[in-house]
Amino acid sequence: MLRFIVRRCLQAVPLLVIVSALVFLLIHAAPGGPLAIYLSNPNVRPEDIERLRRALGLDRPLWQQYWTWLWAFARGDWGYSFSDGRPVTARILERVPATLELVGAALVWAIALTMPTGILAATRRGRWFDRLTTIVSMIGISLPGFWFGLLLQMIFAVGLGWLPSSGRATPGGGDVLDHVQHLLLPTVVLAVVLASGWSRYLRGSMLETLSLPFIVSAQARGLSRRRVVLHHALRNALGPLIAIVTVDAALLVSGAVVTESVFAWPGLGSLFTEALARRDYTVLMALLMLSASAVVAFNVVADFAHAVVDPRVAVS
Amino acid sequence: MRLPAFLIACLIAAAIAAPLVAPYGPERIDLARRREAPSLAHLFGTDELGRDVFSRVVYGARVSLAVGMLSAVVASACGVAIGGVAGYAGGALDAGLMRVTDGMLAIPRLPLLMIAAVVLQPSVPMLILLIGLAGWMETARVVRAEFNTLGGRGFVESARAAGAGHIRVLVRHLLPNAAQAVAVSLTLAVARGILLESALSFFGVGVRPPAASWGNMLYQAQSALGTEPWLAVTPGVFILLTTVSVNALGDRLASRS
Repeated sequence: MLRFIVRRCLQAVPLLVIVSALVFLLIHAAPGGPLAIYLSNPNVRPEDIERLRRALGLDRPLWQQYWTWLWAFARGDWGYSFSDGRPVTARILERVPATLELVGAALVWAIALTMPTGILAATRRGRWFDRLTTIVSMIGISLPGFWFGLLLQMIFAVGLGWLPSSGRATPGGGDVLDHVQHLLLPTVVLAVVLASGWSRYLRGSMLETLSLPFIVSAQARGLSRRRVVLHHALRNALGPLIAIVTVDAALLVSGAVVTESVFAWPGLGSLFTEALARRDYTVLMALLMLSASAVVAFNVVADFAHAVVDPRVAVS
Repeated sequence: MRLPAFLIACLIAAAIAAPLVAPYGPERIDLARRREAPSLAHLFGTDELGRDVFSRVVYGARVSLAVGMLSAVVASACGVAIGGVAGYAGGALDAGLMRVTDGMLAIPRLPLLMIAAVVLQPSVPMLILLIGLAGWMETARVVRAEFNTLGGRGFVESARAAGAGHIRVLVRHLLPNAAQAVAVSLTLAVARGILLESALSFFGVGVRPPAASWGNMLYQAQSALGTEPWLAVTPGVFILLTTVSVNALGDRLASRS
């Protein structure tokens, strides 16, 4: 087991280097490079841009710039925001709690929806519950998240006036209830989309497991249906689902971009759209790297969790 | 299979025959009839410039469907090429290509495309290319896995022994066997392409007004949620209808094996 974990961690390192190179090239391949925003500004003279280029080291060979950036990034020096001059780390850190809150709530809801739906749909294959959830989850997978968010806003905030349409809390404070009310709609958007995909996945993997010989043998030994489904089948079907859930969770670090902007939720997703509007490349690069690193790291965690649930994984 | 395929056929037909289907021009401004609720004259109402929403949706279908389908073709072509070479060659080349694939998969797709779109200010063909280039990884993985298992079978070896070159083996012997897997990932890529286009346009960095796409219609509708809800409902319903149909089609294709 230990060897397995160490090996997976070591494999993640070259992957992170590749990701960082892709992110770096993307920003630097842009016409005008990171200084593009100044090129269209009539108040900035060409010689000023030239001076900035030299000051920022943009005149050096690309690989040298990449190396400097990567080394600094690895040590936690993520540079300064182009738009307000504050350290990128500070700008990101102040947004983390809001995103964690939203993503955490969405994950809890999504898992709570996924487990019963996936298990029941698999054990009642072809019956009305299975058909209904198949249709609903198909719609959920196909939903444009931002439109779903707009609809919920239109119905529950603008139309009925039951819930606030945006933000994290009513300005000037607000109690716990106010906070929960703000959290509700964006959470529903994320949770519905996630649970739609996951429950289909769990259903499929449950069906596959339920058809295996050891299930038949467990039933033949006289174990109750409930025990066979929940203890034998579910445990085996859970491994692949864990992998999907962890990777989706990691993608949410930035993947809540759409939901966060629709609901003006002040997290990392909104920071991304704000930085994008101002061409704040240092912030954009840091966010992309952060989220890609999260995916790579969570992949290792997912493998580890999979190996715990299903020891065959670590051996092979 | 029938209903989704029928819906998609209708949408494509309407998009192609847009001048015949749409009662008004998509960019025809009628300031006397601004923000009108749905009526017989304007089935889905009019927007803030008096343009007919139904006509805009029909013309928007051209852009949205074209972006979805063509970007899926780009993605699949790249995926087949990269996954095919990796699965057939094996060894270091395979390992290298698959690490790049993993790397691309780790970078969140929409934010990546948003940055690219802001930087490049893409035209519609450019947008198709960008969305396609951000979506080849899934196909590459599937094709690689298929080629990997097929590569060890006797027929590949016998074709090689009979004097077939690598390209011929890849295209004539291996690719047909992976056709179904490619078809499934192609349909999924169509739905994803439509969603990505709408999201990019919704953020104002995709298809630029005044040309209509379902995404940028939603972008313009955002400010009128309380007063003219039909502006936001109609394009969204069309996006959803299309993606559900395409995904259902992909689902059926996948379960055929």
